[in-house]
Amino acid sequence: MLASDKSSLKRTPLHALHVARGGKMVPFAGYEMPVQFPAGVLKEHLHTRSAVGLFDVSHMGQLVLRPKSGRVEDAALALERLVPQDIVAVAPGRQRYAQFTNEDGGILDDLMVANFGDHLFLVVNAACKAEDEAHLRAHLSDSCVIDALSDRALIALQGPKVESALARLGADVTAMKFMDAGPRKVAGFDCFVSRSGYTGEDGFEISVPAAQAEALVTMLLQNPDVLPIGLGARDSLRLEAGLCLYGHDIDTTTTPVEGALEWSVQKSRRSGGARAGGFPGADKILSQFEKGAARRRVGLRAEGRAPVREGALLFADAVSSEAIGTVTSGGFGPSLNAPVAMGYLPTALAKNGTQVFAEVRGQRLPLQVAPMPFVPNTYKR
Amino acid sequence: MTTLFTSDHEWIRIEGDVATIGVTDYAQSQLGDVVFVELPKVGRSLKKAEAAAVVESVKAASDVYAPISGEVIEVNEALAAEPALVNSDAGGKAWFFKLKIADKSELGGLMDEAAYKAHTA
Repeated sequence: MLASDKSSLKRTPLHALHVARGGKMVPFAGYEMPVQFPAGVLKEHLHTRSAVGLFDVSHMGQLVLRPKSGRVEDAALALERLVPQDIVAVAPGRQRYAQFTNEDGGILDDLMVANFGDHLFLVVNAACKAEDEAHLRAHLSDSCVIDALSDRALIALQGPKVESALARLGADVTAMKFMDAGPRKVAGFDCFVSRSGYTGEDGFEISVPAAQAEALVTMLLQNPDVLPIGLGARDSLRLEAGLCLYGHDIDTTTTPVEGALEWSVQKSRRSGGARAGGFPGADKILSQFEKGAARRRVGLRAEGRAPVREGALLFADAVSSEAIGTVTSGGFGPSLNAPVAMGYLPTALAKNGTQVFAEVRGQRLPLQVAPMPFVPNTYKR
Repeated sequence: MTTLFTSDHEWIRIEGDVATIGVTDYAQSQLGDVVFVELPKVGRSLKKAEAAAVVESVKAASDVYAPISGEVIEVNEALAAEPALVNSDAGGKAWFFKLKIADKSELGGLMDEAAYKAHTA
C-alpha cells in the first residue's frame, strides 16, 4: 500500500498508545494496526504463552441484535436463519462460536454470539463487518433491531497470568468459565467481558467504551506481566491453536464440514434435530454431514525445519505433477520451535499420520497430517 | 580485505578471489527473529542477483541474492542449526556462503560502507 493511502486508514482508540510503545503500524482490514512491538513476534508469542499478552482487536465488529418482542429467544431464532448453530440453546451469560453461511454452504464470516439476557452481542471479523451488518439488516430487520457499536474498543488479554492481571484492576472474573460472557466492571468501567480468545490460552476479550480504552490499557500495561502483542504473534498463536483465520482457512468456497468445524454445528440443527436446517446452504451442509465432503481442512507438521507458508501446493508424493491441495496458513510455531501449517486435502488423505508433500521453492518437502491444536489449549472450562 | 554492500542488504567480504556473503545488521533488524535459513549447495554456480539463500522469520521468507557471480565453495552449516545467529552476529559468525569470484569487475557496482550507511539512513 502506498504511503499516501495511509490517510484513508482508520485508527482504533489505542492507536496513539501503540505508536508510543513502538508498534510497527501496518494496514490491516482498513485499519492501521501494530504488526509487532519492539520485543518482536517471537518474544511476543512466547510471552503470551508464559504470562499475558494484550491485543488491540478494536478493528473487529461489535454488533447488538435486539429482539423487537423483548424476548431474547426471538433474536436467537432469527439469527438461526443465518447460521447453522443452535443459538436458542446459548444460555444467558454464555457465548458460542458460529458462522454465517451462504446458499452454497460456504462461509461468509465466522463470529462469536453471546446471550446478554435481553439481547445478543456479536463479534465479527473486521474485513467482513460492513457486509455482516448489511446481511443482518437485510434478513432480520423484521424481528430485530441491529446496532453496530462503533464507539467501543475491544481488547484481548491472553495467557496463564490473566486472572491476576485483571484482579489487580478489581475485575471480578475468576468465577467466569470458558465462553462465559456478559457485562462486567473492569477498573470501574462498564465493559462486556467474555472468557475466550484466539490464542488457545486462557484469556478474556473486553469490550470497553472507546473513551476509556486508553486508560484501561495503560493500567493493564503497568503490570510487568502484561505486554502489548501485535498481529504477527496473534497469527502464530492462533495457528498453533489450530484456529481458522477467515479469508484464508475458511471462506465462501469452504463449508463448515470441509473446514472441519462440525463440532460447531449442534445436533439440533443437523438432520433429525429439533430445528434441523433452515440456514443458508443447509441442503449442501447437511448432506455433507451424512455423506462426507470431498476435501477437509487438516493440520500439517513438517518433517524438516523449513516453514511451509500459505499458498504452497500439496502433492501426494515427491514426483506427481498434479496438486491435491493447498496450504491455507503456515509458518513457524515459536512454542513448538517447528513449522506448522494447515490446509485442505482430499478427505481420503486427511487422516492423521498421512504423508504428503508441499512444494516450496521448487522442492518437495515432506509433511504429515497432524491433529490440531498443535499446542494444547489451556481454556478454563 | 574489503567489505562491500548491496542495496538488498547483503554484505560481501573480499579476500583474494574468494567472497564471503551475509546479510547486514540492518537486514536482520528488519526481518526480526530468524527461525530458518536455507543455504545454496556447494558447487552451485550463481549468477549475479540470483536468489541464492533464504532467510525466514516467524512471519515471512526473504531471499538472499548473490551480489556477484561465482561458484559456491563453502556454506555456513552452523546457520542451519542455529538460525538465530543471524540476529546476534549478522556481520560475523552468521556468514551465509563463500563464492569463488567469477568476474571481479562486478564488484564495481557495489557500495562501500559509507554509501550503504547513507542508503539505510
